[in-house]
Amino acid sequence: MRVRTAGPRAWVVEVGSAAEAAGLYAVTRSAGLELTDLVPGARSVLFDGLEREALDDFLSDVDISSLQGAREQGELVEVPTTYDGPDLADVAALWGMSVEEAVDRHTGTEFVVAFCGFSPGFAYCTGLPQELAVPRLDTPRTKVPPGSVGVAGEFTGVYPRSSPGGWRLVGRTRARLWDAGSVTPALLAPGTRVRFTAVSDGD
Amino acid sequence: MVTDRSALRSIRVVEAGTQTTIQDTGRPGLAHLGVPRSGWLDDNAARLANRLVGNAEDLPVLECLLGGLVVEPATSTTVAVTGAECEVRAGGRAVAHGAPVVVRAGEQLSVGAARGGARCYLAVAGGIAVDPVLGSCATDTLSGTGPEVVQPGTVIPVGPARGTPAGEGQQLSAWHAGPRVLRCWPGPRADWFTDEALTTLATSSYVVHPDSDRVGLRLSGPPLERSVEGELPSEGIVLGAVQVPGDGRPLVFLSDHPTTGGYPVVAVVDPRDLSVCAQLRPGDEVRFRPLAPRDAAG
Repeated sequence: MRVRTAGPRAWVVEVGSAAEAAGLYAVTRSAGLELTDLVPGARSVLFDGLEREALDDFLSDVDISSLQGAREQGELVEVPTTYDGPDLADVAALWGMSVEEAVDRHTGTEFVVAFCGFSPGFAYCTGLPQELAVPRLDTPRTKVPPGSVGVAGEFTGVYPRSSPGGWRLVGRTRARLWDAGSVTPALLAPGTRVRFTAVSDGD
Repeated sequence: MVTDRSALRSIRVVEAGTQTTIQDTGRPGLAHLGVPRSGWLDDNAARLANRLVGNAEDLPVLECLLGGLVVEPATSTTVAVTGAECEVRAGGRAVAHGAPVVVRAGEQLSVGAARGGARCYLAVAGGIAVDPVLGSCATDTLSGTGPEVVQPGTVIPVGPARGTPAGEGQQLSAWHAGPRVLRCWPGPRADWFTDEALTTLATSSYVVHPDSDRVGLRLSGPPLERSVEGELPSEGIVLGAVQVPGDGRPLVFLSDHPTTGGYPVVAVVDPRDLSVCAQLRPGDEVRFRPLAPRDAAG
């Protein structure tokens, strides 16, 4: 772990992998450490709003080797998905397999939300191996419909609302990703385990 | 939504200027869900406005970019305008900036064009009383969370006035003439930049770009060269982060900043100087003054 300064009372704790970042986030959340914001990233966790001493005290009790496993504890959410996205065939080709195999691969993977960003409730789900990482579209779409399921890099994500976007779209879901009126506004919060299940249109 | 109570205590917006939004202390604590912090940009000025009208300091106010706001209260109401320097008129007569002002029913309160500074704050006794979203009444211009941007014709409900308006003679807020200096801390990725780049940041003057908004202060000036190339895995962003995108020109993230980002953050503006950022306008010159050596992180 490496602690990087991000202001007088904020620290980016850098770790070695996405799994360790998710684990450190989960361990910190459950420890109830007092701070303003705790923000997981792809290889780091931002601790915002505490003194360096308090951070060091906390981190000295964290066992790095246990972090990989800490992320397995999250709630499991199923996201029913119709796999008919405009980029599905391209993604299958990039993966070197048929469309059917690509869908099987995606539905057969248990994902974990590593972090959120881009827009409220937009979850970066990890689980696909690095060799299936795909580049973003060269030219992002100006409008991606809400519920679109996309892949980019090593991540899978679902657009909570209509927005521009450069992820390759493999399908769509009717699941409600974001509800600002709810006490748990994000369906897919960091640490949540996710399974995409194939459904036919209209289910 | 207009409730029975707000029909009595409300203000109607006649003109909204360049951009007027409802703001309070925002939504800290939700960044892990991708929700920007949002909230007023000039904490000093907004809190002062609330104190002047006898409100709790954290009640929602109107934040108006570059002035040009005209409102008409439904009933006789105490208000205060703080922040950017501007002419304030009530019922056509000139009244004080940075002081409680009574606007009688049927009169208009007008906030003139900002002459110095960028953001005016209008507090109303009782506070703006719209329904909170995720615990805040702030308009987040990045994600669209919270109330809509204020338009002419909007009727805004006002809560019951409880406190006693404060006397005059309070401190005016933090905008001031001349070159502005932002004290800054080393950023989490200061070591991704060359020593020359860090010297450039500490010694050069930057000019505020017209594209600046509530998301960030975009700056023109010498680009900052990186010593580490490649993409940064997305990491959390703090308020005041000085991020350096691909073109090498720094931008200072303000309240509506994205929660994570993939460009390196070279420095972080000290929270005490965020009110200065709020009041910088396009064309203003600004400098960074490092507070600690780059290896302070250990």
